[in-house]
Amino acid sequence: MIKIVHYINQFYGGIGGEEFAGHKPEIREGVVGPGLGLSTQLKGKAEIVATVVCGDTYFNENVEEAKAAVIAMVKKYNPDIFVAGPAFNAGRYGVACGAICQAVKNELNIPVVTAMYPENPGAEMYVKDVYMIQTKNSAADMRKALPALGKFITKLINKEEIGSPAEDGYIPRGIRVNYFNEVRGSTRAVDLLVKKLRGEEFETEYPMPIFDHVEPHAPVVDMKNAKIAIVTSGGIVPKGNPDHIESSSASKYGKYDLTGFDDLTSETHETAHGGYDPTYANFDSDRVIPVDVLRNMVKEGKIGSLHNYFYTTTGNGTAVANAKKWGAEIAQELVADGVTAVILTST
Amino acid sequence: MCTITPISLTVGANRIVPTIAIPHPLGNPNLPMDKEYILRYALVEKALKALQTEITEQTIFE
Repeated sequence: MIKIVHYINQFYGGIGGEEFAGHKPEIREGVVGPGLGLSTQLKGKAEIVATVVCGDTYFNENVEEAKAAVIAMVKKYNPDIFVAGPAFNAGRYGVACGAICQAVKNELNIPVVTAMYPENPGAEMYVKDVYMIQTKNSAADMRKALPALGKFITKLINKEEIGSPAEDGYIPRGIRVNYFNEVRGSTRAVDLLVKKLRGEEFETEYPMPIFDHVEPHAPVVDMKNAKIAIVTSGGIVPKGNPDHIESSSASKYGKYDLTGFDDLTSETHETAHGGYDPTYANFDSDRVIPVDVLRNMVKEGKIGSLHNYFYTTTGNGTAVANAKKWGAEIAQELVADGVTAVILTST
Repeated sequence: MCTITPISLTVGANRIVPTIAIPHPLGNPNLPMDKEYILRYALVEKALKALQTEITEQTIFE
């Protein structure tokens, strides 16, 4: 019987939500959470012998220790295959799944597979090294994600050759594979060009990778007279979250006046973010946007002024396209308001 | 300013200052408030220094 060890986070492990994201890795015998659905997909060809459960924050803040601990746990079970997730669009969970799969593959030399949404940061970071079954952006996709994952694992069990990303449902890894096409390259190129000129639909054979590359801006020369603005994806809002910014997958950002606030307190501000334990930010939002420090720096003459408004949204699960659009809008307003430089804080 | 710097690199940030922890990037609840303020002040100073530094590529200001 093929043995599998499965990695999941504290949420799917039934330990709890964000307040337990600091949970250190532990291993349990048999299936836990999504492993149950996954094991039925394997139709008796393989058994999930153990499940590692680890908090997302713990993993991301202690990557090396977490990897070493998990590998030691996995090794004891001597599995044939290692599976992590699915993580969908949960950023820290996706990064953890990618990192632990890469580590297990390198250290234990066994096949690994995870599953997540292509925009999950874990995908871009680890997709070159790890097969990642493509899922939608929320756990509502579990009922489709598990059969897809199960099908891929079955291929690994049977030692079948892995096909193209389209055939086997994984996120493209940027790897080109040679094959023979009946039509030679020059003909295909001209065909594509003709389609393009006619305004017809065409599919490139080699999509260009999308890199987010921004030319570094020139440094601030005169900090003593600079106007500094604060922007955050940490979800800090005036107490009560007046615009109802969503705790995840935000559909908007907020712009809030800082006039009269020298120090943020639990009376005045809180976080709307649902992707980290809010206890610390709710107690003192300066821990996410340093208003108290910047106010004093103005008094001390280190900076010219603090811009009266801060911009904020919750950065978890937020669509990249939305974030880009808002960023452009915010930047335009900041420039119009004469802001010299921005401190962007992220949780 | 962020704790998980590999993500900042992925999204194309140019001047990156590593911070304390995901739920409190600019604070440390284990410290007394006055010490915590000093820590936050130092991090913001680092950010100001980063803003004043000429760079040609993505840079993490350790």
